[in-house]
Amino acid sequence: MPALGTKPVKTTDSIAAIKSEDFGYTEARHLLLRAGFGGTDEQIRTLARWGPEKSVDHLVNYSKIKADDAGADAFKEDIIRPLTREERQRVNKARETGDEDTLAQYRTERQRRQREDRRQMRDIQRTWITRMIESPRPLEEKMTLFWHGHFATSFRGVEDSYHMYAQNRMFRGNAMGNLGDLLLGIVRDPAMLKYLNNNQNRKDSPNENLGRELLELFSLGEGNYTEKDIKEAARTLTGFTFEDNDFRFNRNQHDQGSKFVLGSSGNIDGNSLIPVILKQEACALFIVLKLYRFFVRDIPMDLSAIDTGSRKAILRLAQMFRRGNYEIKPVIRKLLLSKHFYDPINTGSKIKSPCELLIGSVRSLQVPVRDIGIVTEAMELMGQSVFLPPSVKGWDGGRSWINTSTMFVRQNTLIYLLTGALPTRSLLLKDRAYFDALALVPSLNTPGDSDPSDEQIVRELAMVTLGQAGDDVVDSVLSGARGSRGEGAMRSNEVVVRALVMLTSMPEYQLC
Amino acid sequence: MSNHLNPGDIKAWTRRDFLQSSTLFASAALTVPAFVQSSALALPRPMMGLSSIAGVDEDRVLVVIQLSGGNDGLNTLVPYGDDAYQRVRSRIALSANEVLMLNRNGGLGLHGSMSGFKELYDEGMCAIVQGVGYPNPNRSHFASMDIWHTADTAGTGDGWLGKYVDSQCCGYGSGTPGAQTASNQGANQVQADPPPPLIAIGKTAPLALHGRTMMPVAIESADMYQWTGEKMGKDLNKAYIGSIEDRSEADMASGADDNKSFLVRTAMDAQVSSKKIRKAVDEKSLVQYPNSKLASQLSMVASMIRAGMPTRVFYVSHGSFDTHANQGGAQGTHARLLQQLSEAVGAFYKDLKAQGNEGRVLSSCFSEFGRRVGQNGSGGTDHGTAAPMFLFGPMVNPGLHSRYPSLTNLDNGDLKYTADFRQVYAEILDGWLSAKSSDVLGRGYKHLRVLKS
Repeated sequence: MPALGTKPVKTTDSIAAIKSEDFGYTEARHLLLRAGFGGTDEQIRTLARWGPEKSVDHLVNYSKIKADDAGADAFKEDIIRPLTREERQRVNKARETGDEDTLAQYRTERQRRQREDRRQMRDIQRTWITRMIESPRPLEEKMTLFWHGHFATSFRGVEDSYHMYAQNRMFRGNAMGNLGDLLLGIVRDPAMLKYLNNNQNRKDSPNENLGRELLELFSLGEGNYTEKDIKEAARTLTGFTFEDNDFRFNRNQHDQGSKFVLGSSGNIDGNSLIPVILKQEACALFIVLKLYRFFVRDIPMDLSAIDTGSRKAILRLAQMFRRGNYEIKPVIRKLLLSKHFYDPINTGSKIKSPCELLIGSVRSLQVPVRDIGIVTEAMELMGQSVFLPPSVKGWDGGRSWINTSTMFVRQNTLIYLLTGALPTRSLLLKDRAYFDALALVPSLNTPGDSDPSDEQIVRELAMVTLGQAGDDVVDSVLSGARGSRGEGAMRSNEVVVRALVMLTSMPEYQLC
Repeated sequence: MSNHLNPGDIKAWTRRDFLQSSTLFASAALTVPAFVQSSALALPRPMMGLSSIAGVDEDRVLVVIQLSGGNDGLNTLVPYGDDAYQRVRSRIALSANEVLMLNRNGGLGLHGSMSGFKELYDEGMCAIVQGVGYPNPNRSHFASMDIWHTADTAGTGDGWLGKYVDSQCCGYGSGTPGAQTASNQGANQVQADPPPPLIAIGKTAPLALHGRTMMPVAIESADMYQWTGEKMGKDLNKAYIGSIEDRSEADMASGADDNKSFLVRTAMDAQVSSKKIRKAVDEKSLVQYPNSKLASQLSMVASMIRAGMPTRVFYVSHGSFDTHANQGGAQGTHARLLQQLSEAVGAFYKDLKAQGNEGRVLSSCFSEFGRRVGQNGSGGTDHGTAAPMFLFGPMVNPGLHSRYPSLTNLDNGDLKYTADFRQVYAEILDGWLSAKSSDVLGRGYKHLRVLKS
């Protein structure tokens, strides 16, 4: 591995498939971390044995893997619903006559529904996090998370949990499909239409919010359209609204006039706008750059600011994406197989998102989840609350995840998962669910294996948690975990847990 | 701020120096994170105890006090002399002898429970901007709060204080959020120090503090702001801290700035600042604070200011003010909330004065909206529009600003705003935080002259 701090970045520009003989434990671990949420030592070894092609295909063709979807539709559709005609009439009448009792009754009922809906939102949040933890199709969830961050929509502005849930289902259904379907899905998605005020986008008083973000954040990127294009795009989207839980095209509010947007003209509407956008050269590159930032490295969105190898690799992938008619799966498969993806600069160097950190920890260390509510709250404290991105720009990622307070939350949440101890509570009040830490040490679980030393046990734990670790880290972990206990102490579950506390508190545990 | 990055100086400090509080300042050059290290610490003079540095812009602090839920402005700054007020609020109106008179001729006074505010007002430390709002008011808590936080009537985009930090750092919008720069991807060069971050007292930082450059720090309490591993025994703690120290020293010496060394640096900063904040908070305040959540938040802020943290912006909140039912008049729910607010702010400024820091700290108090002019059927008030904003500190032009909105010339039962909240923001940015408000707010806004020039 090159000394990153001292040499300029140089990477291979090749997107040709990595050779089988170059695909070992490190590469398999990298693949699982990025295309999923990491895995156990055994899972990593399995992929390493399978080789690159079979491993990537297994991850990418996830629809072949049977997944339990039971209970997915257990959410109430109509906690938040428009008033019926009769209700509306009663309210209006009460307003006219100053019937405060009736109005108060409706207000109380509305507040009750809003409370119930916030509760359901929390359940939906926890259900998704649980799904990310348990899914046999990690890439499906990872891609769903990618689209959620790309088409960022927050419950805060939507205030209807079922809309949020339905949007999430739409992302999952199209996660590896076609970009055109996703764009079409999003301009007809009730959550997004509400979030970006398109329900107020009417021919006589256009609201440009969705039109602008559609071009700027969802498809082309800043600088690849004019202000006129935004105005015209907004016109095509007039009358795109929703009724209760469904998309509705309000013909009366739609601007039927001719539009001129991104070089195309005619009576374009929100549906026919999508192919117009896809015709733009900038679209494929913009989406590939965002995928690259999500899966490979936190590079600037400005191509001229990155190294030649990465730039060439990205341009090749963008070209492929465009020529492949914006099919997502082939470009992801190509990326995950590419030599460039496994370039040393791209392994073990990306800052984990809160989702990656916590879900990855549960999946790879097999720690008990203990309390999904606490885990969900911890994610919020780390700056990533799913269904509640900070703005339509999504999560910035990279170094912006990290400051001194989030560093503590990251370390302390791992300690909670490992030991059950919470920062604010006395150690006596910790969660008692047992965590079998010794099971993580391969040499203690392989029949007929030699008798491992304490140091070797720490090294094996470091492999699972950090990938690789320097001697200084191993020494610190050993002395912190063992204290004054002598050789052989690492055979105790409690001491192994202490070693894991040390390892997961190490700054590099934040990297994947 | 970059003079401490000279690698030659580093050798002077050994890792054993740091974290021993007696030498904490001595080793600041190496290990104290930017936001803990007062700008004065970068100067070659010892910096112990109090931290007032008169006339130095860098030491100016803004404290934002958010009243969540929509504070009833009409029962806060009370137009008791207005017949219309008494008429439409028969159950909750305050009479002349239930207010603290500000302006007898105008029939205006502070709610009787707000003696803390009144004292500050009498001392010339309080400016009240009347009728603050914005065009096309939104009556949803979330939407209106977002509008106040983003300073944008669409309520989208980054927070105004986050944008302020961005504008100070690298030019708003010029960088790619979250990305490593070309130089820190590999060149042998340490990044310039980021500006001191914003600190929210609470679980998470509000939208107002979110920008592109850095994530705001949220500190719920000093004991949350520490590594749980510390409780797991000396051996563990010693081994962990030793490892982080050794590695941050090595990174400093080599000038490495890849993600790993960035994380090592942050882990180190977290340790040092945690110790420092706990020490600051453990120290007994110079004055007695009342017993409320807001008071303990403000006391924590005062402790951090006293400890010499150069944090520019602190954010605290108080609520909930969503008084739809039985809000009371001279007594009751709303009166209690106002009393807590007024007592906490009063104690805060007494503390700052005792520290000698009052001149450094401007506070600004707002709510996402006021409430409707008329009471509702449940002895409460529903979501409304314009309301007063309060500013505190010796740098304010004391007294009343803008004008009280008419209680009879209404917009659909609601007050018409007489001052845009962004006028106040603009003045805070230009006049107090030495920023260019149009960079942050997208355009210029006319100052109301609430601050002394």
